[in-house]
Amino acid sequence: MSDLRELYQEVILDHHKKPRNFRRLEGDVRRVEGYNPLCGDRFTVYLQMEGDIVKDVAFEGSGCAISTASASMMTESVKGKTRAEAEDMFQKFHALLTSPQIDTTGLGKLAVFAGVREFPVRVKCATLAWHTLHSALQGKEETVSTE
Amino acid sequence: MNVPISPLANARETDASFPVEVYRRDFPILAKTVNGNPLVYLDSAATSQKPRTVLETIERYYTEFNANVHRGVHWLSEQATRLYEDARGKLQRFIGAAEAREIIFVRGATEAINLVAQSFGRTRLQPGDDIIVSHMEHHSNIVPWQILCEQTGANLRVIPIDDAGELQIDAFERMLSPRTKIVAIVHVSNSLGTVNPVERIIRSAHREGARVVLDAAQSVPHMPIDVQSLDCDFCVFSGHKMYGPTGIGVLYGKAEWLEAMPPYQGGGDMIRSVTFEKTTYNTLPYKFEAGTPHIAGAIGLGAAVDYLNSIGMESIRRHEQELLSYAHSRLQTVGNVKIIGNAAKKAAVISFVLDDVHPHDVGTILDQQGIAVRTGHHCCQPVMDRYGIPATVRMSLGLYNNTEDIDALVRGLEVVRQVFGIANV
Repeated sequence: MSDLRELYQEVILDHHKKPRNFRRLEGDVRRVEGYNPLCGDRFTVYLQMEGDIVKDVAFEGSGCAISTASASMMTESVKGKTRAEAEDMFQKFHALLTSPQIDTTGLGKLAVFAGVREFPVRVKCATLAWHTLHSALQGKEETVSTE
Repeated sequence: MNVPISPLANARETDASFPVEVYRRDFPILAKTVNGNPLVYLDSAATSQKPRTVLETIERYYTEFNANVHRGVHWLSEQATRLYEDARGKLQRFIGAAEAREIIFVRGATEAINLVAQSFGRTRLQPGDDIIVSHMEHHSNIVPWQILCEQTGANLRVIPIDDAGELQIDAFERMLSPRTKIVAIVHVSNSLGTVNPVERIIRSAHREGARVVLDAAQSVPHMPIDVQSLDCDFCVFSGHKMYGPTGIGVLYGKAEWLEAMPPYQGGGDMIRSVTFEKTTYNTLPYKFEAGTPHIAGAIGLGAAVDYLNSIGMESIRRHEQELLSYAHSRLQTVGNVKIIGNAAKKAAVISFVLDDVHPHDVGTILDQQGIAVRTGHHCCQPVMDRYGIPATVRMSLGLYNNTEDIDALVRGLEVVRQVFGIANV
Protein backbone atom coordinates (compact mmCIF):
# COMPACT_ATOMS: atom_id res chain seq x y z
CA MET A 1 0.00 0.00 0.00
CA SER A 2 2.85 2.45 0.69
CA ASP A 3 3.88 2.49 -2.98
CA LEU A 4 0.26 3.00 -3.95
CA ARG A 5 -0.02 5.99 -1.62
CA GLU A 6 3.16 7.38 -3.16
CA LEU A 7 1.57 7.03 -6.58
CA TYR A 8 -1.93 8.17 -5.76
CA GLN A 9 -1.12 11.12 -3.53
CA GLU A 10 -3.94 13.39 -2.40
CA VAL A 11 -2.86 16.18 -4.70
CA ILE A 12 -2.93 13.80 -7.69
CA LEU A 13 -6.37 12.46 -6.78
CA ASP A 14 -7.60 16.02 -6.30
CA HIS A 15 -6.43 17.10 -9.76
CA HIS A 16 -7.93 13.92 -11.21
CA LYS A 17 -11.33 14.68 -9.72
CA LYS A 18 -11.23 18.42 -10.42
CA PRO A 19 -8.85 18.99 -13.32
CA ARG A 20 -7.78 22.63 -13.63
CA ASN A 21 -7.88 24.47 -16.96
CA PHE A 22 -10.02 21.66 -18.34
CA ARG A 23 -11.54 23.54 -21.24
CA ARG A 24 -11.16 24.40 -24.88
CA LEU A 25 -9.33 27.55 -25.95
CA GLU A 26 -10.73 29.35 -28.99
CA GLY A 27 -9.14 31.83 -31.34
CA ASP A 28 -5.48 32.06 -32.21
CA VAL A 29 -4.25 29.03 -30.30
CA ARG A 30 -2.04 26.05 -30.98
CA ARG A 31 -3.87 22.77 -30.62
CA VAL A 32 -2.05 19.42 -30.40
CA GLU A 33 -3.45 15.99 -29.62
CA GLY A 34 -1.66 13.47 -27.44
CA TYR A 35 -2.57 9.81 -27.61
CA ASN A 36 -1.44 6.73 -25.73
CA PRO A 37 -2.63 3.81 -27.86
CA LEU A 38 -1.70 1.34 -25.13
CA CYS A 39 -4.38 2.52 -22.72
CA GLY A 40 -6.47 4.86 -24.85
CA ASP A 41 -5.57 8.07 -23.00
CA ARG A 42 -6.30 10.97 -25.33
CA PHE A 43 -5.80 14.67 -24.59
CA THR A 44 -5.92 17.84 -26.59
CA VAL A 45 -3.62 20.57 -25.31
CA TYR A 46 -4.43 24.18 -26.24
CA LEU A 47 -1.65 26.71 -26.06
CA GLN A 48 -2.01 30.45 -26.44
CA MET A 49 1.26 32.34 -26.80
CA GLU A 50 1.69 36.06 -26.46
CA GLY A 51 5.07 36.78 -27.91
CA ASP A 52 7.36 34.52 -25.96
CA ILE A 53 5.00 34.05 -23.02
CA VAL A 54 2.55 31.22 -22.39
CA LYS A 55 -0.53 33.42 -22.03
CA ASP A 56 -2.97 30.58 -21.53
CA VAL A 57 -2.88 26.80 -21.62
CA ALA A 58 -5.73 24.31 -21.24
CA PHE A 59 -6.64 20.77 -22.08
CA GLU A 60 -9.53 18.44 -22.84
CA GLY A 61 -9.84 14.70 -23.16
CA SER A 62 -9.91 11.59 -21.06
CA GLY A 63 -7.40 9.38 -19.38
CA CYS A 64 -6.39 7.69 -16.17
CA ALA A 65 -5.88 9.51 -12.88
CA ILE A 66 -2.14 9.88 -13.42
CA SER A 67 -2.38 11.31 -16.92
CA THR A 68 -5.30 13.61 -16.07
CA ALA A 69 -3.66 14.95 -12.92
CA SER A 70 -0.39 15.43 -14.74
CA ALA A 71 -2.09 17.40 -17.53
CA SER A 72 -3.95 19.52 -14.99
CA MET A 73 -0.85 20.31 -12.93
CA MET A 74 1.14 20.99 -16.06
CA THR A 75 -1.26 23.73 -17.14
CA GLU A 76 -0.96 25.37 -13.73
CA SER A 77 2.80 25.25 -13.70
CA VAL A 78 3.57 26.63 -17.17
CA LYS A 79 0.99 29.39 -17.42
CA GLY A 80 2.74 32.77 -17.51
CA LYS A 81 6.15 31.21 -18.13
CA THR A 82 8.35 32.02 -21.09
CA ARG A 83 8.70 29.45 -23.81
CA ALA A 84 12.22 28.62 -22.62
CA GLU A 85 11.06 28.24 -19.01
CA ALA A 86 8.22 25.93 -20.06
CA GLU A 87 10.60 23.83 -22.16
CA ASP A 88 13.01 23.67 -19.24
CA MET A 89 10.20 22.46 -16.99
CA PHE A 90 9.31 19.76 -19.51
CA GLN A 91 12.94 18.58 -19.53
CA LYS A 92 13.11 18.55 -15.73
CA PHE A 93 9.80 16.75 -15.37
CA HIS A 94 10.85 14.17 -17.94
CA ALA A 95 14.15 13.68 -16.11
CA LEU A 96 12.36 13.29 -12.79
CA LEU A 97 10.55 10.26 -14.16
CA THR A 98 13.22 8.71 -16.32
CA SER A 99 16.72 9.56 -15.13
CA PRO A 100 18.58 7.41 -12.59
CA GLN A 101 18.74 10.18 -9.96
CA ILE A 102 15.71 11.86 -8.43
CA ASP A 103 16.03 15.61 -8.78
CA THR A 104 13.00 17.70 -7.87
CA THR A 105 14.79 21.06 -8.08
CA GLY A 106 12.59 23.73 -9.60
CA LEU A 107 9.61 21.43 -10.01
CA GLY A 108 7.57 22.62 -7.03
CA LYS A 109 4.32 20.68 -6.65
CA LEU A 110 5.19 18.53 -9.65
CA ALA A 111 7.60 16.63 -7.40
CA VAL A 112 4.64 14.45 -6.31
CA PHE A 113 5.04 12.57 -9.58
CA ALA A 114 8.33 11.07 -8.37
CA GLY A 115 6.22 8.15 -7.07
CA VAL A 116 5.46 7.16 -10.67
CA ARG A 117 9.09 6.04 -11.02
CA GLU A 118 8.20 2.88 -9.12
CA PHE A 119 5.61 2.04 -11.79
CA PRO A 120 7.51 1.99 -15.10
CA VAL A 121 4.43 1.23 -17.22
CA ARG A 122 2.78 4.38 -15.88
CA VAL A 123 5.58 6.78 -16.86
CA LYS A 124 3.92 7.28 -20.23
CA CYS A 125 0.70 8.30 -18.49
CA ALA A 126 2.46 10.98 -16.48
CA THR A 127 4.40 12.37 -19.45
CA LEU A 128 1.70 12.27 -22.15
CA ALA A 129 0.42 15.82 -21.65
CA TRP A 130 3.96 17.14 -21.30
CA HIS A 131 5.07 15.59 -24.58
CA THR A 132 2.01 17.14 -26.16
CA LEU A 133 2.85 20.56 -24.70
CA HIS A 134 6.46 20.19 -25.84
CA SER A 135 5.19 19.63 -29.36
CA ALA A 136 2.82 22.62 -29.15
CA LEU A 137 5.65 24.85 -27.90
CA GLN A 138 7.64 23.86 -30.98
CA GLY A 139 4.71 24.76 -33.20
CA LYS A 140 4.09 21.18 -34.38
CA GLU A 141 0.57 20.09 -35.19
CA GLU A 142 0.60 16.33 -35.66
CA THR A 143 -0.75 14.02 -32.97
CA VAL A 144 1.79 13.04 -30.36
CA SER A 145 1.82 9.31 -29.69
CA THR A 146 3.56 7.62 -26.80
CA GLU A 147 4.31 4.56 -28.94
CA MET B 1 -27.20 -4.12 -6.53
CA ASN B 2 -26.28 -6.41 -3.68
CA VAL B 3 -26.73 -10.00 -4.70
CA PRO B 4 -26.53 -12.45 -1.82
CA ILE B 5 -23.85 -15.05 -2.29
CA SER B 6 -25.24 -18.51 -2.35
CA PRO B 7 -23.42 -20.77 0.09
CA LEU B 8 -23.55 -23.29 -2.73
CA ALA B 9 -21.25 -21.14 -4.81
CA ASN B 10 -18.49 -21.66 -2.27
CA ALA B 11 -19.24 -25.31 -1.86
CA ARG B 12 -18.82 -25.93 -5.57
CA GLU B 13 -15.13 -25.44 -5.41
CA THR B 14 -14.69 -28.48 -3.26
CA ASP B 15 -16.60 -30.48 -5.86
CA ALA B 16 -14.66 -33.72 -6.04
CA SER B 17 -15.39 -34.06 -9.75
CA PHE B 18 -13.14 -31.07 -10.42
CA PRO B 19 -10.27 -31.05 -7.93
CA VAL B 20 -9.03 -27.58 -8.86
CA GLU B 21 -6.49 -27.52 -6.01
CA VAL B 22 -4.87 -30.62 -7.47
CA TYR B 23 -4.74 -29.07 -10.94
CA ARG B 24 -3.31 -25.83 -9.57
CA ARG B 25 -0.26 -27.75 -8.42
CA ASP B 26 0.39 -28.71 -12.06
CA PHE B 27 1.20 -25.05 -12.80
CA PRO B 28 4.52 -24.05 -11.19
CA ILE B 29 4.02 -20.31 -11.78
CA LEU B 30 0.91 -20.25 -9.57
CA ALA B 31 3.18 -20.67 -6.54
CA LYS B 32 4.80 -17.30 -7.21
CA THR B 33 4.34 -14.18 -5.17
CA VAL B 34 3.99 -10.85 -6.96
CA ASN B 35 4.55 -7.56 -5.13
CA GLY B 36 4.59 -9.51 -1.89
CA ASN B 37 1.26 -11.24 -2.49
CA PRO B 38 0.39 -14.68 -3.84
CA LEU B 39 -0.17 -14.44 -7.59
CA VAL B 40 -3.83 -14.31 -8.57
CA TYR B 41 -3.79 -14.91 -12.29
CA LEU B 42 -6.95 -13.70 -14.02
CA ASP B 43 -5.52 -13.02 -17.47
CA SER B 44 -5.75 -16.37 -19.24
CA ALA B 45 -7.54 -14.82 -22.22
CA ALA B 46 -4.29 -12.97 -22.94
CA THR B 47 -2.24 -16.10 -22.39
CA SER B 48 -2.72 -19.12 -20.19
CA GLN B 49 -0.14 -20.47 -17.78
CA LYS B 50 1.65 -23.69 -18.66
CA PRO B 51 1.40 -27.00 -16.82
CA ARG B 52 4.61 -28.78 -15.85
CA THR B 53 3.96 -31.55 -18.36
CA VAL B 54 4.18 -29.05 -21.24
CA LEU B 55 7.39 -27.53 -19.86
CA GLU B 56 8.92 -30.95 -19.35
CA THR B 57 7.90 -32.18 -22.78
CA ILE B 58 9.63 -29.23 -24.42
CA GLU B 59 12.75 -29.72 -22.34
CA ARG B 60 12.77 -33.45 -23.08
CA TYR B 61 12.43 -32.77 -26.79
CA TYR B 62 15.46 -30.47 -26.81
CA THR B 63 17.42 -32.72 -24.46
CA GLU B 64 16.78 -36.05 -26.15
CA PHE B 65 15.29 -35.70 -29.64
CA ASN B 66 16.23 -32.36 -31.16
CA ALA B 67 16.68 -32.60 -34.93
CA ASN B 68 15.08 -31.12 -38.01
CA VAL B 69 11.94 -32.80 -39.26
CA HIS B 70 11.15 -34.41 -42.62
CA ARG B 71 14.79 -34.19 -43.66
CA GLY B 72 17.30 -36.46 -42.02
CA VAL B 73 17.67 -40.18 -42.49
CA HIS B 74 19.25 -40.32 -39.06
CA TRP B 75 17.60 -41.63 -35.93
CA LEU B 76 17.13 -38.27 -34.22
CA SER B 77 15.41 -36.76 -37.21
CA GLU B 78 13.08 -39.74 -37.38
CA GLN B 79 12.22 -39.30 -33.71
CA ALA B 80 11.65 -35.56 -34.07
CA THR B 81 9.48 -36.12 -37.15
CA ARG B 82 7.44 -38.77 -35.37
CA LEU B 83 6.87 -36.52 -32.33
CA TYR B 84 5.96 -33.57 -34.54
CA GLU B 85 3.48 -35.60 -36.59
CA ASP B 86 2.08 -37.24 -33.44
CA ALA B 87 1.31 -33.74 -32.19
CA ARG B 88 -0.56 -33.02 -35.42
CA GLY B 89 -2.64 -36.16 -34.85
CA LYS B 90 -3.42 -35.06 -31.29
CA LEU B 91 -4.69 -31.70 -32.53
CA GLN B 92 -6.71 -33.41 -35.25
CA ARG B 93 -8.52 -35.63 -32.74
CA PHE B 94 -8.87 -32.78 -30.23
CA ILE B 95 -10.99 -30.67 -32.60
CA GLY B 96 -12.56 -33.57 -34.47
CA ALA B 97 -10.96 -32.93 -37.87
CA ALA B 98 -11.47 -35.63 -40.48
CA GLU B 99 -7.79 -35.93 -41.41
CA ALA B 100 -4.41 -34.97 -39.93
CA ARG B 101 -3.45 -33.13 -43.15
CA GLU B 102 -6.20 -30.63 -42.38
CA ILE B 103 -4.14 -29.40 -39.41
CA ILE B 104 -1.61 -26.74 -40.47
CA PHE B 105 0.86 -25.60 -37.82
CA VAL B 106 1.23 -21.81 -37.87
CA ARG B 107 2.46 -19.20 -35.39
CA GLY B 108 -0.96 -18.53 -33.97
CA ALA B 109 -4.53 -17.54 -34.77
CA THR B 110 -3.39 -14.25 -36.31
CA GLU B 111 -1.11 -15.93 -38.83
CA ALA B 112 -3.82 -18.48 -39.61
CA ILE B 113 -6.33 -15.74 -40.48
CA ASN B 114 -3.77 -13.94 -42.63
CA LEU B 115 -3.03 -17.22 -44.40
CA VAL B 116 -6.70 -17.79 -45.23
CA ALA B 117 -7.18 -14.17 -46.32
CA GLN B 118 -4.18 -14.16 -48.62
CA SER B 119 -4.26 -17.69 -49.97
CA PHE B 120 -7.99 -18.49 -50.04
CA GLY B 121 -9.44 -15.00 -50.25
CA ARG B 122 -7.11 -13.29 -52.65
CA THR B 123 -7.54 -15.87 -55.39
CA ARG B 124 -11.32 -15.95 -55.13
CA LEU B 125 -12.63 -12.50 -54.37
CA GLN B 126 -13.84 -10.09 -57.04
CA PRO B 127 -14.66 -6.39 -56.79
CA GLY B 128 -18.09 -6.03 -55.23
CA ASP B 129 -17.92 -9.28 -53.24
CA ASP B 130 -18.68 -9.12 -49.52
CA ILE B 131 -16.68 -10.25 -46.52
CA ILE B 132 -18.71 -10.25 -43.32
CA VAL B 133 -17.17 -9.85 -39.87
CA SER B 134 -18.83 -8.83 -36.61
CA HIS B 135 -18.54 -5.74 -34.46
CA MET B 136 -16.95 -7.81 -31.68
CA GLU B 137 -13.99 -9.15 -33.66
CA HIS B 138 -10.44 -8.92 -32.40
CA HIS B 139 -8.31 -6.61 -34.56
CA SER B 140 -6.66 -9.75 -35.95
CA ASN B 141 -9.99 -10.79 -37.48
CA ILE B 142 -10.61 -7.33 -38.94
CA VAL B 143 -7.34 -6.03 -40.33
CA PRO B 144 -6.39 -9.03 -42.55
CA TRP B 145 -9.82 -8.72 -44.21
CA GLN B 146 -9.43 -4.97 -44.65
CA ILE B 147 -6.11 -5.62 -46.39
CA LEU B 148 -7.82 -8.22 -48.58
CA CYS B 149 -10.60 -5.73 -49.42
CA GLU B 150 -8.02 -3.20 -50.54
CA GLN B 151 -6.34 -5.81 -52.71
CA THR B 152 -9.47 -7.20 -54.34
CA GLY B 153 -12.09 -4.44 -54.24
CA ALA B 154 -14.32 -6.52 -51.97
CA ASN B 155 -16.42 -4.83 -49.27
CA LEU B 156 -16.18 -5.41 -45.55
CA ARG B 157 -19.56 -5.63 -43.84
CA VAL B 158 -20.07 -5.69 -40.10
CA ILE B 159 -22.68 -7.56 -38.07
CA PRO B 160 -23.93 -5.17 -35.37
CA ILE B 161 -24.13 -6.08 -31.69
CA ASP B 162 -26.76 -5.07 -29.17
CA ASP B 163 -26.35 -3.49 -25.73
CA ALA B 164 -25.98 -6.87 -24.05
CA GLY B 165 -23.10 -7.77 -26.35
CA GLU B 166 -24.97 -10.25 -28.54
CA LEU B 167 -24.79 -10.43 -32.30
CA GLN B 168 -27.85 -9.20 -34.14
CA ILE B 169 -28.39 -12.41 -36.03
CA ASP B 170 -31.36 -11.14 -38.01
CA ALA B 171 -29.26 -8.29 -39.32
CA PHE B 172 -26.57 -10.81 -40.28
CA GLU B 173 -29.01 -12.95 -42.19
CA ARG B 174 -30.35 -9.95 -44.06
CA MET B 175 -26.76 -9.03 -44.93
CA LEU B 176 -26.10 -12.38 -46.58
CA SER B 177 -26.37 -12.54 -50.35
CA PRO B 178 -24.80 -14.40 -53.25
CA ARG B 179 -22.07 -11.72 -53.11
CA THR B 180 -21.03 -12.92 -49.64
CA LYS B 181 -17.87 -14.97 -50.09
CA ILE B 182 -16.39 -15.12 -46.60
CA VAL B 183 -17.88 -14.85 -43.12
CA ALA B 184 -15.15 -14.45 -40.48
CA ILE B 185 -16.61 -14.74 -37.03
CA VAL B 186 -15.37 -15.09 -33.49
CA HIS B 187 -16.67 -18.05 -31.49
CA VAL B 188 -16.14 -16.51 -28.04
CA SER B 189 -15.48 -12.78 -27.75
CA ASN B 190 -12.23 -11.95 -25.95
CA SER B 191 -13.58 -8.61 -24.76
CA LEU B 192 -17.21 -9.40 -23.90
CA GLY B 193 -17.17 -13.15 -23.26
CA THR B 194 -20.15 -13.65 -25.57
CA VAL B 195 -20.52 -17.17 -26.99
CA ASN B 196 -21.85 -16.67 -30.50
CA PRO B 197 -24.41 -18.99 -32.13
CA VAL B 198 -21.89 -20.16 -34.69
CA GLU B 199 -23.84 -23.27 -35.73
CA ARG B 200 -26.63 -21.07 -37.04
CA ILE B 201 -24.20 -18.57 -38.56
CA ILE B 202 -22.38 -21.35 -40.41
CA ARG B 203 -25.63 -22.89 -41.69
CA SER B 204 -26.94 -19.55 -42.90
CA ALA B 205 -23.64 -18.63 -44.57
CA HIS B 206 -23.45 -21.98 -46.33
CA ARG B 207 -26.96 -21.54 -47.72
CA GLU B 208 -25.61 -18.54 -49.63
CA GLY B 209 -22.47 -20.38 -50.66
CA ALA B 210 -20.19 -18.35 -48.37
CA ARG B 211 -17.23 -19.93 -46.55
CA VAL B 212 -16.85 -19.50 -42.80
CA VAL B 213 -13.63 -18.77 -40.92
CA LEU B 214 -14.13 -19.44 -37.22
CA ASP B 215 -11.86 -17.60 -34.78
CA ALA B 216 -11.78 -20.16 -31.99
CA ALA B 217 -8.85 -18.68 -30.04
CA GLN B 218 -11.07 -18.09 -27.00
CA SER B 219 -13.28 -21.18 -27.34
CA VAL B 220 -10.90 -24.09 -27.92
CA PRO B 221 -9.30 -23.66 -24.43
CA HIS B 222 -12.68 -23.57 -22.69
CA MET B 223 -15.11 -26.05 -24.27
CA PRO B 224 -15.27 -29.14 -26.44
CA ILE B 225 -15.02 -28.23 -30.15
CA ASP B 226 -15.86 -30.46 -33.09
CA VAL B 227 -15.11 -28.83 -36.42
CA GLN B 228 -16.97 -31.48 -38.39
CA SER B 229 -20.23 -31.09 -36.52
CA LEU B 230 -19.84 -27.28 -36.61
CA ASP B 231 -19.12 -27.66 -40.33
CA CYS B 232 -16.91 -24.54 -40.40
CA ASP B 233 -14.65 -24.27 -43.44
CA PHE B 234 -11.68 -22.94 -41.47
CA CYS B 235 -10.98 -22.77 -37.75
CA VAL B 236 -8.05 -20.93 -36.18
CA PHE B 237 -6.61 -20.94 -32.66
CA SER B 238 -3.42 -20.24 -30.72
CA GLY B 239 -1.48 -22.72 -28.62
CA HIS B 240 -0.49 -20.29 -25.89
CA LYS B 241 -4.08 -19.64 -24.86
CA MET B 242 -4.70 -23.37 -24.38
CA TYR B 243 -1.84 -24.10 -21.96
CA GLY B 244 0.70 -24.66 -24.74
CA PRO B 245 3.76 -22.60 -25.69
CA THR B 246 3.77 -19.28 -27.53
CA GLY B 247 4.60 -19.15 -31.22
CA ILE B 248 2.52 -22.14 -32.26
CA GLY B 249 -1.07 -22.32 -33.37
CA VAL B 250 -3.35 -24.15 -35.73
CA LEU B 251 -5.13 -23.50 -38.95
CA TYR B 252 -7.76 -26.14 -39.57
CA GLY B 253 -9.24 -26.14 -43.07
CA LYS B 254 -11.41 -28.58 -44.94
CA ALA B 255 -9.08 -30.54 -47.22
CA GLU B 256 -11.03 -29.57 -50.34
CA TRP B 257 -10.26 -25.87 -49.73
CA LEU B 258 -6.68 -26.36 -48.59
CA GLU B 259 -5.98 -28.51 -51.64
CA ALA B 260 -7.21 -25.78 -53.96
CA MET B 261 -5.33 -22.95 -52.24
CA PRO B 262 -1.93 -21.68 -53.43
CA PRO B 263 0.95 -21.64 -50.93
CA TYR B 264 1.10 -18.72 -48.51
CA GLN B 265 4.88 -18.63 -48.16
CA GLY B 266 7.63 -20.22 -50.21
CA GLY B 267 10.58 -22.05 -48.75
CA GLY B 268 11.85 -25.39 -47.60
CA ASP B 269 9.54 -28.26 -46.69
CA MET B 270 6.66 -26.81 -48.75
CA ILE B 271 8.09 -27.99 -52.05
CA ARG B 272 8.40 -31.32 -53.75
CA SER B 273 10.94 -30.33 -56.39
CA VAL B 274 12.57 -27.09 -57.38
CA THR B 275 14.21 -26.10 -60.63
CA PHE B 276 14.65 -22.57 -61.85
CA GLU B 277 11.95 -23.27 -64.43
CA LYS B 278 9.33 -24.93 -62.27
CA THR B 279 8.65 -25.73 -58.64
CA THR B 280 6.22 -28.42 -57.59
CA TYR B 281 4.55 -27.87 -54.26
CA ASN B 282 4.36 -30.43 -51.54
CA THR B 283 1.12 -32.04 -50.47
CA LEU B 284 -0.95 -31.04 -47.45
CA PRO B 285 -0.20 -30.06 -44.79
CA TYR B 286 3.41 -29.30 -45.79
CA LYS B 287 2.41 -26.99 -48.62
CA PHE B 288 1.58 -24.44 -45.94
CA GLU B 289 4.51 -25.09 -43.61
CA ALA B 290 7.43 -23.39 -45.33
CA GLY B 291 10.73 -23.42 -43.48
CA THR B 292 11.67 -25.33 -40.37
CA PRO B 293 8.52 -25.31 -38.26
CA HIS B 294 8.27 -24.62 -34.53
CA ILE B 295 8.92 -28.29 -33.77
CA ALA B 296 9.25 -27.91 -30.00
CA GLY B 297 6.16 -25.71 -29.96
CA ALA B 298 4.04 -28.23 -31.81
CA ILE B 299 5.21 -31.05 -29.55
CA GLY B 300 4.58 -28.87 -26.49
CA LEU B 301 1.10 -28.08 -27.78
CA GLY B 302 0.50 -31.80 -28.22
CA ALA B 303 1.40 -32.23 -24.54
CA ALA B 304 -1.08 -29.48 -23.65
CA VAL B 305 -3.78 -31.38 -25.56
CA ASP B 306 -2.91 -34.54 -23.64
CA TYR B 307 -3.19 -32.59 -20.40
CA LEU B 308 -6.58 -31.10 -21.36
CA ASN B 309 -7.85 -34.55 -22.38
CA SER B 310 -6.75 -36.00 -19.05
CA ILE B 311 -9.09 -33.53 -17.32
CA GLY B 312 -11.78 -33.43 -19.99
CA MET B 313 -12.99 -30.38 -21.86
CA GLU B 314 -16.56 -30.82 -20.69
CA SER B 315 -15.38 -30.81 -17.05
CA ILE B 316 -13.32 -27.69 -17.71
CA ARG B 317 -16.29 -26.00 -19.35
CA ARG B 318 -18.52 -26.79 -16.38
CA HIS B 319 -15.94 -25.65 -13.82
CA GLU B 320 -15.36 -22.37 -15.61
CA GLN B 321 -19.09 -21.77 -16.09
CA GLU B 322 -19.70 -22.17 -12.36
CA LEU B 323 -16.80 -19.88 -11.57
CA LEU B 324 -18.03 -17.34 -14.12
CA SER B 325 -21.47 -17.11 -12.54
CA TYR B 326 -19.83 -16.90 -9.10
CA ALA B 327 -17.68 -14.02 -10.38
CA HIS B 328 -20.68 -12.30 -11.95
CA SER B 329 -22.62 -12.31 -8.70
CA ARG B 330 -19.59 -11.35 -6.57
CA LEU B 331 -18.62 -8.45 -8.84
CA GLN B 332 -22.15 -7.10 -8.65
CA THR B 333 -21.69 -6.68 -4.89
CA VAL B 334 -18.85 -4.22 -5.50
CA GLY B 335 -20.17 -0.67 -5.62
CA ASN B 336 -19.70 1.26 -8.87
CA VAL B 337 -18.86 -1.84 -10.91
CA LYS B 338 -20.57 -2.05 -14.28
CA ILE B 339 -20.19 -5.23 -16.30
CA ILE B 340 -19.72 -4.69 -20.05
CA GLY B 341 -21.23 -7.59 -21.95
CA ASN B 342 -24.24 -9.37 -20.53
CA ALA B 343 -24.98 -11.94 -23.18
CA ALA B 344 -27.12 -14.91 -22.18
CA LYS B 345 -24.28 -17.26 -23.11
CA LYS B 346 -20.81 -16.25 -21.95
CA ALA B 347 -17.52 -18.04 -21.39
CA ALA B 348 -14.44 -17.37 -19.28
CA VAL B 349 -14.38 -13.57 -19.62
CA ILE B 350 -15.87 -10.66 -17.68
CA SER B 351 -15.14 -7.10 -18.76
CA PHE B 352 -16.11 -4.32 -16.42
CA VAL B 353 -15.58 -0.70 -15.55
CA LEU B 354 -15.52 0.99 -12.17
CA ASP B 355 -17.28 4.37 -12.22
CA ASP B 356 -14.87 7.31 -12.01
CA VAL B 357 -11.76 5.14 -11.98
CA HIS B 358 -9.90 4.52 -15.21
CA PRO B 359 -9.17 0.82 -15.92
CA HIS B 360 -5.46 1.58 -16.05
CA ASP B 361 -5.56 2.80 -12.42
CA VAL B 362 -7.59 -0.25 -11.42
CA GLY B 363 -4.99 -2.49 -13.06
CA THR B 364 -2.06 -0.87 -11.24
CA ILE B 365 -3.75 -1.08 -7.84
CA LEU B 366 -4.74 -4.72 -8.40
CA ASP B 367 -1.21 -5.52 -9.54
CA GLN B 368 0.15 -4.18 -6.25
CA GLN B 369 -1.94 -6.90 -4.62
CA GLY B 370 -0.58 -9.59 -6.92
CA ILE B 371 -3.72 -9.70 -9.05
CA ALA B 372 -3.12 -9.92 -12.80
CA VAL B 373 -5.94 -8.64 -14.99
CA ARG B 374 -5.90 -7.07 -18.42
CA THR B 375 -6.79 -3.43 -18.82
CA GLY B 376 -7.22 -1.60 -22.09
CA HIS B 377 -9.15 -2.08 -25.29
CA HIS B 378 -8.21 -5.78 -25.64
CA CYS B 379 -7.43 -5.26 -29.34
CA CYS B 380 -11.14 -4.55 -29.82
CA GLN B 381 -11.37 -0.80 -30.34
CA PRO B 382 -14.69 -1.08 -32.24
CA VAL B 383 -16.21 -2.80 -29.19
CA MET B 384 -14.99 -0.03 -26.88
CA ASP B 385 -16.41 2.59 -29.26
CA ARG B 386 -19.73 0.73 -29.33
CA TYR B 387 -20.05 1.14 -25.56
CA GLY B 388 -18.54 4.63 -25.50
CA ILE B 389 -15.66 3.69 -23.21
CA PRO B 390 -11.90 3.92 -23.80
CA ALA B 391 -11.08 0.68 -22.06
CA THR B 392 -12.25 -1.97 -19.62
CA VAL B 393 -10.82 -4.11 -16.88
CA ARG B 394 -10.99 -7.72 -17.98
CA MET B 395 -10.77 -10.76 -15.76
CA SER B 396 -10.53 -14.04 -17.59
CA LEU B 397 -10.50 -17.60 -16.35
CA GLY B 398 -8.46 -20.72 -16.83
CA LEU B 399 -9.05 -24.21 -15.53
CA TYR B 400 -6.80 -23.42 -12.52
CA ASN B 401 -8.85 -20.53 -11.18
CA ASN B 402 -10.89 -20.98 -8.03
CA THR B 403 -13.37 -18.99 -5.97
CA GLU B 404 -10.50 -17.62 -3.86
CA ASP B 405 -9.14 -15.88 -6.96
CA ILE B 406 -12.51 -14.19 -7.44
CA ASP B 407 -12.68 -13.26 -3.75
CA ALA B 408 -9.19 -11.74 -4.01
CA LEU B 409 -10.31 -9.69 -7.01
CA VAL B 410 -13.33 -8.41 -5.10
CA ARG B 411 -11.13 -7.47 -2.13
CA GLY B 412 -8.71 -5.83 -4.54
CA LEU B 413 -11.47 -3.72 -6.03
CA GLU B 414 -12.39 -2.55 -2.54
CA VAL B 415 -8.82 -1.32 -2.16
CA VAL B 416 -9.22 0.57 -5.45
CA ARG B 417 -12.31 2.23 -4.01
CA GLN B 418 -10.43 3.12 -0.83
CA VAL B 419 -7.49 4.64 -2.72
CA PHE B 420 -9.86 6.70 -4.82
CA GLY B 421 -11.98 7.64 -1.83
CA ILE B 422 -15.20 6.25 -3.24
CA ALA B 423 -17.64 5.90 -0.36
CA ASN B 424 -19.50 2.67 0.16
CA VAL B 425 -23.02 2.83 -1.19
